[in-house]
Amino acid sequence: MSLIDLANPTRFLALSARVLPWLAAATVILLTIGLYQSASAPDDYQQGATVKIMFIHVPNAWLSMFVWGVMSLASLGTLVWRHPLADVAAKAAAPIGASFTFLALLTGSLWGRPMWGTYWEWDARLTSVLILFLMYLGLMALWRAVEDPSRAARAAAVLTLVGALNLPIIKFSVDWWNTLHQPASVMRMGGSTLDKAFLVPLLVMAVAFTLLFVTLHLAAMRNEILRRRVRSLQMMQASQKAA
Amino acid sequence: MTALAALIRRDIRIALRVGGGALIGVLFFLTVVVLMPFAVGPDLALLSRLGPAILWLGALLASLLTLDRLFMADHEDGSLDLIAMSRTPLELACAAKALAHWLAAGLPLVVATPVLGLLLNLDMVATGAVALTLLAGTPALTFTGMIGAALAVTLHRGGLLMAVLVLPLSIPVLIFGVAASQAAIAGPLSFGAPFSILCALSLVSLVIGPFAAAASLKHGLD
Amino acid sequence: MNGLVQGQMQLTGRGVTCVRGGREVFSRLDFQAASGEAVAVVGRNGSGKTSLLRLLAGLLIPAGGTIVLDGGDADMTLPEQCHYLGHRDALKPALSVVENLSFWADFLGGERCDAAASLTTVGLDHAALLPAAFLSAGQRRRLSLARLLTVRRPVWLLDEPTNALDAAGQEMFGGLMRAHLARGGMIIAATHAPLGIDARELRIGGGV
Repeated sequence: MSLIDLANPTRFLALSARVLPWLAAATVILLTIGLYQSASAPDDYQQGATVKIMFIHVPNAWLSMFVWGVMSLASLGTLVWRHPLADVAAKAAAPIGASFTFLALLTGSLWGRPMWGTYWEWDARLTSVLILFLMYLGLMALWRAVEDPSRAARAAAVLTLVGALNLPIIKFSVDWWNTLHQPASVMRMGGSTLDKAFLVPLLVMAVAFTLLFVTLHLAAMRNEILRRRVRSLQMMQASQKAA
Repeated sequence: MTALAALIRRDIRIALRVGGGALIGVLFFLTVVVLMPFAVGPDLALLSRLGPAILWLGALLASLLTLDRLFMADHEDGSLDLIAMSRTPLELACAAKALAHWLAAGLPLVVATPVLGLLLNLDMVATGAVALTLLAGTPALTFTGMIGAALAVTLHRGGLLMAVLVLPLSIPVLIFGVAASQAAIAGPLSFGAPFSILCALSLVSLVIGPFAAAASLKHGLD
Repeated sequence: MNGLVQGQMQLTGRGVTCVRGGREVFSRLDFQAASGEAVAVVGRNGSGKTSLLRLLAGLLIPAGGTIVLDGGDADMTLPEQCHYLGHRDALKPALSVVENLSFWADFLGGERCDAAASLTTVGLDHAALLPAAFLSAGQRRRLSLARLLTVRRPVWLLDEPTNALDAAGQEMFGGLMRAHLARGGMIIAATHAPLGIDARELRIGGGV
């Protein structure tokens, strides 16, 4: 049993146990404020009440990319510094990122229904997010395919970084492909033209969702560390029997 | 340099000998293209409109599926250990292996394209355009796919998982490959713009692929 | 016989710890080997004999400790000065015997000897042009040994080298190892069976 591996995570467990309740409380408070403000925001003169989907959709879309960024940083930690917590962080983030991406897709298509008259449109942004979702699922499949986490960590880290390099290229290609096939994009809501009445709740929601991610991520990391400890203990038990 | 040349020569030789996979890729390509009319109907006008897309999809799948064992075979017989220990940087060795694979399995796809173009009712210009875009684009597929092949060694898993991981990464190549062929056939866009982006994608993957593959293989050899 | 090593070489491991798949294989292992010396690594199954050789070959990363080679070629890392003979023979069945051998000679580079002569030494000269697929397990092992002869490397890392070799083969191999040591080479072999030459014993993981 390698005690070196556990020294660092042990401190992490102690620290995160103290921080987690505060984070959770802050998340709940901000989410409440954000949801209240979103609900009381005025209807859009064109889109009516459906514009309120934006307050859920945009934070989810923002997090779908942010989480990949977090995973890329963690992957650098795995590949370059071989930090024991790095691959725990990367592994724990993947399902959460996939969930946010799925919610972004879901709310996007719900928003698209009244706008486009159909649930799915091969709109450039939605298509890019769909590909991102596929990549999250692939990454999760990779983590699940291999029993030994340290072996999977390296492969997942390489794939995450390659994905991070490729995502801008994919985004660019899909934009290009989209303009080739349907010149006029339906959704044209530049951030700069957004009214203040929309902007403030949107920002609050974005911060609240980011806090939600941090909370969930910390909790998931704790679970992952405990899961690995169980695994080590079981392996120790097995080797004692053999000896 | 002799080391890399030796590696390329060896891999091509193995691919072309009995039990090698070079021609299976072409056969798979042919089969996929032949299947298409059964799915969409034998309408020649429709087939010629879909032709470039069908050829590109077939080439994409064929080059990906033959890549599966790029590193796995060397891993299983212990060759990869010796390659990793040698004085040749692993990145260069990976690049050499991918190049050999492209020469043995990618290039035949390009050569087979004119024959398949006939089946899909493509005229000379269209066939030439598809073959040219495949020539420029298949290196990108090989060098992106090699990342998956290296992950397969680290993970001890190949096949479907690898395809799931790599296929999303090859979307840009597919977009610009088909777009360039379509542009040459019907317009209205110029052939040059998407084609040069396609070449750029190949060049980028030439750099990223070997580094990512080597990073995955290094210390993944236990 | 050309001089293989200029000076005396010394391989030292201090406090080497190996962790694989979250399991500690061995810890704080100290060992030493010098030019002209053979070390036989012994221990029960799963004690980490193969892992130790793979650590030396640079194929595994030690979880702790250091491995240093003094007196070798300063331009090259330890793995680049090692021959690793593992369980697997690194042979391609589709290539002929001589193609297999000359590929490794070309790829590994460095100081080399005549491939045909090494094939004669290991007793495979009659099969040089046959595909490696036709070789028996013992013959495949002999072909791997020919690789060690064709490309000169000062350190031999051998994992159960006598496996699959018959009595005559083991005798031939003993002679090869003695010649390698006489040239100032170094051998580290993991083995259950007697190695066939005088070797210092390094016991790992057996203390329980």
